Amino acid sequence: MALTRADVEKVALLARLRLTEAELETMTDQLSQIVGYVDLLGEVDTADVEPMAHAVEVTNVFAADVVEPSLTREAALANAPRHNGRGYLVPAVLGE
Amino acid sequence: MSEQPYTTVIGLEVHVQLSTESKLFCRCNTKFGAEPNTQTCPVCIGMPGSLPVMNRRAYELSLKTAVALNCTIPEFTKWDRKQYYYPDLPKGYQISQFDLPMSADGYLEISDPKDKFAPKRVGIIRAHLEEDAGKSVHDEAAGKADSEIDLNRTGTPLLEIVSQPDMRSAAEAKAFLQELKLLLTYIDVSDCNMQEGSLRVDANVNLHIEKDGKVIATPIVEIKNMNSFRAVERALEYEAPRQYREWQETGRQLGEAPKQTRGWDDVAGVTRGQRSKEESSDYRYFPDPDLAPVITSAAEVDVVRESLGELPADLRRRLSEGYSLSLYDADVIVNQGREFADYYLAVAGASGNPKSACNWVTGPLQRELKEREQTIDSFGLPAQRLAELIRAVDDGRLPSTRAPEAFQLMVDKGSDVAAALAELKIERVDETALVTLVQELLAANPKTVSDIQNGKFQAAASLIGQAKKKNPNVDPNRVRELAIELATSLQ
Amino acid sequence: MSIVDRSATELRKLLATGELTSIELTRACLERIERHDATIGAFLRVDAARALDQAAAIDRRRQAGEPLGPLAGLPVAVKDVLCDRDTITSCASRMLAEFRSPYDSTVVGKLKQADAVLIGRTNMDEFAMGGSTENSAFQPTRNPWDPTRTPGGSSGGSAAAVAARMAPLAIGTDTGGSIRQPAGLCGIVGMKPTYGRVSRFGLVAFASSLDQVGPFATTTEDAALLLEAISGHDPRDSTSINQPTPRYTESINKPLAGLKLGVVPEHFGAGLDPEVASSVRAAIEVYKSLGAEVKEVPLPHGKYGVAAYYVIAPSEASSNLARYDGVHFGFRADQSAALAELAAERQELIAAGKTAAADNVDAPLVRMYRSTREAGFGAEVKRRIMLGAYALSAGYYDAYYLKALKVRRLIRRDFDEAFQQVDLIVGPVTAGPAFKLGEMVDDPLAMYLVDLYTVSANLAGIPALSLPCGVTKAGLPIGLQLQAPPLAEERLLRGARMYEAATDWHTQRPSLGGAR
Ligand SMILES: [Zn+2]
Repeated sequence: MALTRADVEKVALLARLRLTEAELETMTDQLSQIVGYVDLLGEVDTADVEPMAHAVEVTNVFAADVVEPSLTREAALANAPRHNGRGYLVPAVLGE
Repeated sequence: MSEQPYTTVIGLEVHVQLSTESKLFCRCNTKFGAEPNTQTCPVCIGMPGSLPVMNRRAYELSLKTAVALNCTIPEFTKWDRKQYYYPDLPKGYQISQFDLPMSADGYLEISDPKDKFAPKRVGIIRAHLEEDAGKSVHDEAAGKADSEIDLNRTGTPLLEIVSQPDMRSAAEAKAFLQELKLLLTYIDVSDCNMQEGSLRVDANVNLHIEKDGKVIATPIVEIKNMNSFRAVERALEYEAPRQYREWQETGRQLGEAPKQTRGWDDVAGVTRGQRSKEESSDYRYFPDPDLAPVITSAAEVDVVRESLGELPADLRRRLSEGYSLSLYDADVIVNQGREFADYYLAVAGASGNPKSACNWVTGPLQRELKEREQTIDSFGLPAQRLAELIRAVDDGRLPSTRAPEAFQLMVDKGSDVAAALAELKIERVDETALVTLVQELLAANPKTVSDIQNGKFQAAASLIGQAKKKNPNVDPNRVRELAIELATSLQ
Repeated sequence: MSIVDRSATELRKLLATGELTSIELTRACLERIERHDATIGAFLRVDAARALDQAAAIDRRRQAGEPLGPLAGLPVAVKDVLCDRDTITSCASRMLAEFRSPYDSTVVGKLKQADAVLIGRTNMDEFAMGGSTENSAFQPTRNPWDPTRTPGGSSGGSAAAVAARMAPLAIGTDTGGSIRQPAGLCGIVGMKPTYGRVSRFGLVAFASSLDQVGPFATTTEDAALLLEAISGHDPRDSTSINQPTPRYTESINKPLAGLKLGVVPEHFGAGLDPEVASSVRAAIEVYKSLGAEVKEVPLPHGKYGVAAYYVIAPSEASSNLARYDGVHFGFRADQSAALAELAAERQELIAAGKTAAADNVDAPLVRMYRSTREAGFGAEVKRRIMLGAYALSAGYYDAYYLKALKVRRLIRRDFDEAFQQVDLIVGPVTAGPAFKLGEMVDDPLAMYLVDLYTVSANLAGIPALSLPCGVTKAGLPIGLQLQAPPLAEERLLRGARMYEAATDWHTQRPSLGGAR
């Protein structure tokens, strides 16, 4: 199935990507081509087939509710691009 | 209350923080009030390479709650990623449950405030387990309109409970919330502290308007930012007439406008429309490949059900049916919480007088607790002693008029009934001594005697005070009865 | 024979007897890197000082007679996708160019426990997305057999490092063939274990339900040695399998008696390079000569593997990579520049009278996210994020993502049925030998189809291995793929070793001639 430019723009916003005009063009073509190939799946009869989301069938994996040490604040913030020593800083959150 | 031209239809979405020590997918502490970003680790910061492992206790608590809410527990449940961008959501997705939640189709029985506290069922659509997000604070001091993000709360286990739109008034919605909180504290799965964010409520409201013999439904509005049960009540009381006015202006019906979100402003006492971006609605849920599904057998659910103990609704029923209390009294006792109800049950059992026990605990005892700002478990009067006091009244050792004094003394000094009786010099007055006393009083008050003889029985009351002066333990009713009896017989 | 030409198993013996010290071995590897890596580009970072410190410490402990781990003193190169505490884990992305993990991945922790010498971090396709290592944000890696060609990918750096004898062992990750394909193209042994055999904790996720860590080595014995050291149940990974790790090194030299080998007819279809086909067929003959019974097994849904893979992997990737938004770690685009640009855009629209459009420009926070991700990710990563976000979005989920999960189940069933009849499945790893650098950069679909023979094992979660089985006339190595049922790594290694013992393809190595 071919994608439209509008589809690609919408998905780019959903995925928080920004594409230049040229990239938008290429992306629309390439995604259409790939999605066109993937449409091959449509020919498989999957009636009554359970989806397989995991490669192993493990279930009921739990950990005990026991507190373990957290990172120090310094270590937690060490990789943050902007912080004030207490919290992560971002441009004002919408609506607050 | 004046008759409204519409019915308010309310459904609630409640997020409850489960009482675990550590977070849902990592072992960071969940304690409230720590310094920002001191209770985080690679997992709850969503650092590259980190993986979630589910907290067993969180799952058990959610299962317990779902069973207590009479939900069906499917054999298979899984976790899904709900994807959206927000700086307090470090992974870019929230681990939640989408199409196969851990429970569905339950109900909560509430005491209907409109119907003499008769039980009413509010349906539960589903309850599912998910992780909380962090907190963003607008930080003026940092300048340039930045927000500061604290991830301490990120990953805290939440149970999201979604009700059917079964409530028809703000009062009913409040009753639902109170009952839910009571249930959750009875089974000890959450402290439900709204100030600390352990219980959060969103409401979905619309109106059913009857017009020309047809029922018109108005668009559904979601109300957020309600920080107390009182706020929920006020917001709903505000919102219903507002929607009616809006409908009168626009005539818009359900399906003709997108779902609107409004925030409650507690100070101004109004709801206000919130801006919402269109693209945020495509959450692209899909099964979290990092987490294993959970299989729960019917036998395991039975074990949980048996371990629940008596729930508030059952207890209410037991109190009204087995203890002959009114629905109102049963409701008052149960609503004080499990410890209080246990106290009542102990007093009722040991005294053999459930009605009197009810009067004591819902009357003087509750007043005393309120004045002292105490809860029942730290209260100085054990149930056994209150029961003794009731027995003393019932077997006549303690005149009912003096019982409040005895109660006060027992509370203040921690004494038992015998000590209180001794200190207050309360003794049972011998019937012959009382007859002699009344005879003396009649002899000294001929006017009273003749009044009684002339049928003015109320004159006998004047002797009560004099009798009490001579012996504070006399039973006033008995004094009155004897005075009438003896004066009449003198004729 | 130079030290660096010896297998890890041989080196281990030399170290144990004291004929060789870890310092000597580590120095030899560092010298080799020094001499050839400017050409090859296998490593993103080599911390010689730290490696020599580790080697010296192990030598001291050995001298003191202390007990040592199974990899004691052996240099191991690690793909730059597994967290190593306090050092950079970049995933070959600008996004994480300066990210220092505050914790060790389980695999790196196990390597340290095993007393390995962590010699350096190898290049890869950005976030492991690609099959040529050209998607690295920092450098391409060249094939040691022919530096004009790709070493394959995404673990191309690890494969090239081992093939060029810069390290006897290396760690890679395989999501759709990212260990087996570069192993095949570089003429070494590479193995993808059963999903869940090796912990993913601390492995920076590409596609969580497909990613698996595995060994690179020059021999199957060495692969067994490294696999044994990194395998095992990990309570920090919910998808880790709770099964004991067999002693692969103890059984590897026992041939499989009565081996039943499956051949998939579809694997020898049109697209297969004739030289590759004849080498693989020759390998099957070798097995026959060793007493194996060979029979055809159908994998009818195999042809849908690439399509299912390119729905599932990007879907998971789009979600896994959502965390790179410039807030809590990693790169953030210049905020004031991004916001100034945003303000200018708005002004322009207002000036043009387009008020609706002006109201619709990104919120500042959204623009910060988008500019960060625009600059932080390379083209292939963006392509896959877009593809995944599309496949999961409203209206397409059932047709793409859910459908792919169902086809995945059918692919697994095919394998389950095939392994009722045979012990191992044998076939090609890739349709052809190493291709030229730049040959496929503009044709993503062609690049994706390179994964034809490898993706099914990831979708099914089964173990698979690639080992050398030939060299083309042009002097490029050819790989043979073996696939086994879940948790049958022991069988897989023994089956591979049978072939290796009967042939000498694994002894061939690139000349790395002085011309370059
Ligand atoms: Zn944590």
